[in-house]
Amino acid sequence: MTIASGTRNVAKVSIWNDPKLRALFFQAVLVVVLVLVAYEIVHNTILNLQRLNKDFGFAFLSRTAGFDIIQTLVPYTSASNYGTALYVGFLNTVLIAFLAIIAATIVGFVVGIMRLSKNWLASRIATVYIEIFRNVPLLLWIFVFYSAVRQPLPDAHQAYSLFGWFFLSKKGLMMPKPMFGDGAWLGLVALLAAIVGSIVIARWARARQSATGQPFPVVWTALALIVVLPLLGLAIEGFPVDWEYPALAGFNFSGGVAVLPEFMALFLALSLYTATYIAEAVRAGVLSVSHGQTEAAHALGLRAGATLRLVTVPQAMRVVIPPLASTYLSLTKNSSLAVAIGYPDLVAAGGTVLNQTGKAIEIVSLWMFVYLSLSLFTSLLMNWFNARMKLVER
Amino acid sequence: MALTPSSVAYLRQEDAPRLPPPASMTGLQGWLRQNLFPSIGSSLVTILFGALALWVLSSIFDFAFLRAVWSGADRQACLGENSGACWPMVAAKMGQWVYGFYPIDQRWRVNVCFVAGAALLAPMLIPSAPYKNWNVALLFLAFPLVTLVLLTGGNFNFDLATYALVISLMLLAAVIVPLAAFGLEEGIACNKAGLGLAGAAVGLWFASFLTGPLQTTIGGTSNSLISILTGLLLLGSGALSIGTAVRRAPRGGFVAAAGWAVGLAGILLAMLLLDFDFGLLPVETPQWGGLTVTLVVSITGIVVSLPVGIVLALGRRSRMPIVRMLSVIYIEIIRGVPLITVLFMSSVMLPLFLPPGTSFDKLLRALIGVAMFSSAYMAEVVRGGLQSIPKGQYEGAMAVGLSFWQMMNKIVLPQALKVSIPNIVGNFISLFKDTTLLLIIGLFDLLGILQASLRDSAWATASSAPTGYLTVALMYWVFCFGMSRYSIYTERRLHTGHKR
Repeated sequence: MTIASGTRNVAKVSIWNDPKLRALFFQAVLVVVLVLVAYEIVHNTILNLQRLNKDFGFAFLSRTAGFDIIQTLVPYTSASNYGTALYVGFLNTVLIAFLAIIAATIVGFVVGIMRLSKNWLASRIATVYIEIFRNVPLLLWIFVFYSAVRQPLPDAHQAYSLFGWFFLSKKGLMMPKPMFGDGAWLGLVALLAAIVGSIVIARWARARQSATGQPFPVVWTALALIVVLPLLGLAIEGFPVDWEYPALAGFNFSGGVAVLPEFMALFLALSLYTATYIAEAVRAGVLSVSHGQTEAAHALGLRAGATLRLVTVPQAMRVVIPPLASTYLSLTKNSSLAVAIGYPDLVAAGGTVLNQTGKAIEIVSLWMFVYLSLSLFTSLLMNWFNARMKLVER
Repeated sequence: MALTPSSVAYLRQEDAPRLPPPASMTGLQGWLRQNLFPSIGSSLVTILFGALALWVLSSIFDFAFLRAVWSGADRQACLGENSGACWPMVAAKMGQWVYGFYPIDQRWRVNVCFVAGAALLAPMLIPSAPYKNWNVALLFLAFPLVTLVLLTGGNFNFDLATYALVISLMLLAAVIVPLAAFGLEEGIACNKAGLGLAGAAVGLWFASFLTGPLQTTIGGTSNSLISILTGLLLLGSGALSIGTAVRRAPRGGFVAAAGWAVGLAGILLAMLLLDFDFGLLPVETPQWGGLTVTLVVSITGIVVSLPVGIVLALGRRSRMPIVRMLSVIYIEIIRGVPLITVLFMSSVMLPLFLPPGTSFDKLLRALIGVAMFSSAYMAEVVRGGLQSIPKGQYEGAMAVGLSFWQMMNKIVLPQALKVSIPNIVGNFISLFKDTTLLLIIGLFDLLGILQASLRDSAWATASSAPTGYLTVALMYWVFCFGMSRYSIYTERRLHTGHKR
């Protein structure tokens, strides 16, 4: 038997079949094509801007805006500049998103639990609510609530009034506005102290319950603290709070705090629509907790409410949080639909600026930047929360 | 002592008769007791919600039927102090809500599209219906063409340069034929001349693009010397490539060349069809509206986003760093911003990106925005499907020597797409609802046209807004609810065997 000579014939692999080279080649082609497309876009844009006598830049932000905004959280007049107008819009977006997230979470949790209720009527009503709200576009709901909030209400001069403090009309709900005088800082300090105290008590109660099993009414204590302490603080200084009451001036109200009908419609539509998604997430989460857990809790003698609070929900939260995070994100993005009914959020304010200045590229990229940052911020927060709630395994 | 019948006073010989359950546990009474009134708290909930439900249902019934106005010619009929739903308004406006401002005597064209779409879609959705391949071909190739011709009126008047461009691109694509037929290595070796000519043509084209008058763009070639030269080079390259393919290995090469020829013929046929004057009245897109626009935008969006989404999902899972990075950036940016900003981008920024003087249809711009947006979401849906495929499937495919695209086409994607059907339908539902945002950029989709008709003074009454919203909400609801039921049905159907 002859042994083949030491040098084996190594078949030469064509460079076309080398996966590394192929990947390099393909990516190089991709980059070249993209660079060409980008060049074309930039080139065309420059030509177009020249043709329209426009320039690119954010200098316009310091020019006078010259339009009014119906809801401002920071001082703003039509003499303020475009940058302030956009900032006001941004704050309005954050406000509506924050409040709607809280409301949607509460409604969503209630409806999600309700849908699993043994009470036939409760679970059916929850199902019907979910199927009706999520199968109709959000924008339609916004219009529906807008017309529902405005149509039955009287004009400003015939507003429904409560003690002359609260007025309800087509202009919205007007409320007295607290004006804090000297010495009100003590109330603020007391409020802070109450919040800190509540957190401390909650920690202590949790530690005690895991050590001894003795529960403590944390919620009621915290509520009492947060209500009583600031009042006490203000009382010491003799209530240095003045209320600015809304009063009818011409066709509109002046003074006080206004809850605009646009705000109410957007708030109701956003929170009720998003609540259906949260309810479905909660339902999936609760269903994911094995039945043995509830049975064991019942066997230990926990009542239904305590089982839900101490056994089911903490475990369900692990499944609920990731979809909850994406729901919050989409709520924040959906708040941009405000522009359709004229609630002055970032997109509405930006749209006005865009119409006045024609700075399309700047405004659109500003929008995208802000919403991307908001999304990133929310998802960071939810990731942190998720990491805290995650099952800690050995 | 044994127990015998005689040793005890009494021993039961047969089972005691079964007693019926207590009356309070069976029948209507039992059901009520178990499901509605099991405890005091639950009873209170039942009474509360029962009252609420009764109130809501009765007020809707009252509004929509008892107090409703059923006939009339204009708003006078619905002006009554206590009148409910204004149905004559719905009857008067329904045509507009469905067809927009489409000329009334041309509405049959939209109807033909609706009927044809439904007739082609229904057998697609029924898993047991036969001839799926023909059905797919008709639905995705013939139907869009026919719809385009019918809705716009056809007669696109392509100029010669467009035909030349399409034919050039197909000739360029011909170099793939030998590669596909004989594999990469052999395909390159046997078609060096064809590849060389094609390379020269592409180089020349790029050169004209970069150095020529700056108005020359990717889309618009002028009939200058350079473009004629490019065309000749491409003609040579295409002829060589096809010739090589047909001449060499009889079967494989011939099939690939035939596929190319059919593709070329199909594209030219489609262009001729669009170019042909059928004598239909041209209807510009600003005249479209209502449900028609909603359906056109959402269906186009989903159909375009599926292939783009698959490519993006594959890109995101690719091992090539640049490809992966670009896919991630695109997907995350689009998913991080609201649709309305993407629509604004496509409607106000896109015209700036195009060569000066290019006018662009408003609906088409919106379509581009919608497709861009939904592609990113589709990519994530497909990625979910890809991730659910066990690694063994990939490894098995590679072990039998399949190439990347063979592995994807034959092994991975069929399984991954099947798993993601429910989510794709879910994506379609959100896209369908999101088309309402078109009204913000000034297009009249179903909701937009409703808003417009609510401003019509001929029907302005207190009850016209609730009536309109109720009707249109019902239309949206029927579509979305139907699709979500179908998604649940497929999910159940797929929930067999190998789910893990």
